[in-house]
Amino acid sequence: MFSLKTSTTFLALVAAGLMAGCASGVKLDKPAPVETRNVTPADGTQGQGGAESQVANVDLGKGAAGAASNMPRTVYFDFDSFVVKEEFRGTIEAHAKLLNADRKKKEVIEGHTDERGGSEYNLALGQKRAEAVAKSLTLLGVSDQQVEAVSYGKERPATDGHDEAAWAKNRRAELKDR
Amino acid sequence: MNQTARSGSVTAMINRRSLLGAAALGATCPSWAQFRIEISGVGATQVPVAIAKFRDEDKSGQAISAIVRADLERSGAFRGIDATPVMDETSQPQMNEWRSRGADALLAGSVSRLADGRFDVRYRMWDVVKGSDLGGQSLAVVAADLRLAAHRIADAMYEKLTGEKGVFSTRIAYVTRSAGRRFALRITDADGEGGQVALQSPEPIISPSWSPDGKSVAYVSFETGKAVVWVQDVASGQRKAVANFRGSNSAPAWSPDGSTLAVTLTRDGQSQLYVMGRDGSNVKRLTTSIGIDTEPVFTRDGKAIYFVSDRGGSPQIYRLPAAGGNAERVSFTGAYNISPDLSPDGQTLAFITRNGGGAFKLMTMDIASGKVQSLTDSTDDESPSFAPNGKLIIYATRAQGRDVLMTTTLDGKIKTRLLSSGADVREPTWGPYGR
Repeated sequence: MFSLKTSTTFLALVAAGLMAGCASGVKLDKPAPVETRNVTPADGTQGQGGAESQVANVDLGKGAAGAASNMPRTVYFDFDSFVVKEEFRGTIEAHAKLLNADRKKKEVIEGHTDERGGSEYNLALGQKRAEAVAKSLTLLGVSDQQVEAVSYGKERPATDGHDEAAWAKNRRAELKDR
Repeated sequence: MNQTARSGSVTAMINRRSLLGAAALGATCPSWAQFRIEISGVGATQVPVAIAKFRDEDKSGQAISAIVRADLERSGAFRGIDATPVMDETSQPQMNEWRSRGADALLAGSVSRLADGRFDVRYRMWDVVKGSDLGGQSLAVVAADLRLAAHRIADAMYEKLTGEKGVFSTRIAYVTRSAGRRFALRITDADGEGGQVALQSPEPIISPSWSPDGKSVAYVSFETGKAVVWVQDVASGQRKAVANFRGSNSAPAWSPDGSTLAVTLTRDGQSQLYVMGRDGSNVKRLTTSIGIDTEPVFTRDGKAIYFVSDRGGSPQIYRLPAAGGNAERVSFTGAYNISPDLSPDGQTLAFITRNGGGAFKLMTMDIASGKVQSLTDSTDDESPSFAPNGKLIIYATRAQGRDVLMTTTLDGKIKTRLLSSGADVREPTWGPYGR
């Protein structure tokens, strides 16, 4: 898509430049025509919705490091919930794939809560979220030794707000390389 | 510190004379403006005490008399009244005059510099009603201990007049979070001043807990990327990770004899209670429940542990034998009760409840009757901790968009906000007698 757009723009500019060189009443304020097209991926995953299409794009064969850096690393949770929601299945599967491909690779899963409530009880709740993600990984074949579930409770919010929008961003588990 | 005590008759003044109503209380005196004392409720019965400015206290660099007065007022048992002119421990106060000024008791003293650079802080107390001398002391201290001397004088005054031990010379520990997310474990006087930093970290610190001898603090630090329980010697700064197992390690609580720590570990799955030696040896699992078990606190006799568990579906306070065994539920009011602390006499439980409106409130429960009482009007209360004499509770809450520390009397009537010097302050824990 980038190259297509660039080449179109380039041609338009070249054309405009050539015409301007003629100095014959060209309207410069007329925008150069730029064509925008949606690119259809070759594997045809487009249109299946949100997070799942991101997963299909992870290609371990083209260098794990590059793929890992773009990999989603956060799983969000509902209030008072420890259930890994369906929309994050792709994230979990991507990490499982990575860990299963390299048994020496390890991840730490950090559970977090929103700011409401006591620090110690929240620490325990965050631990439950981390354990839920760790369990999802081991069910996909990842070894117990590759993942450690830990918790920060409410101590490391992703965002500092005091409303539901902020709380929703803070109820999470982060998957981090070790 | 050298102490030369001179005897005086112990006089319990409370409930004896004109226990004036709260109506007589003026606003906070400007000269003590650094201490914010909030008095709520009516019918508070505070003994009026006159605390004269100590002779030459200005030269010492510490406002000794102001510190004493603020201590006594914060206790809820006293109110300071104006006491000019300057007098000292050698004065012969005219009792009639002090009576007419409404004082039940009088304190005066002096500060002088000794040849070795220390300060000699002398004081004398009088029972104005009886017209008797209540005794005094000479405290020779280094400059860094001048505040301590003032707190010891407040303790002496408190004990003389109430018959109970004061807590003004004890210490508290708490955690501050400053801009840039720097965390510090601070140890200060019981009035929140004279703070010293015991630990600084870019990572969070939570759950400080004093050893019963007041020499060590256990806490949870995230400095290694996860929750690990450390024990640190306060005087030397020497520290050791005592619980660093797979998963999270948290909620340290000391047994009354200081030999054992109860902690929450997740090494075998969910958060459960364990006990171990104070050096981390002999780890033994204490609970095996289907839920979260955390926030242990020993009873004074060391025989039982109160803790929080959501085994019944919501977090509630339970109690079990310290040697292990069946847990019984203690809290029944409300769907969210956490952070228990026990009064030194074992009769009162302080805890935090989440009410129907989503507010987190400091509560107390009379353990024998199960009767609960709300102590605050605030909505974000956390981390209650009893003073060693059981007369005050320190807790964290939010005020004007900041995390602050407050103390309250057990009837909720006298509250003091402790100094916070611009940082967010959390996780207070009150140290034992002695330091």
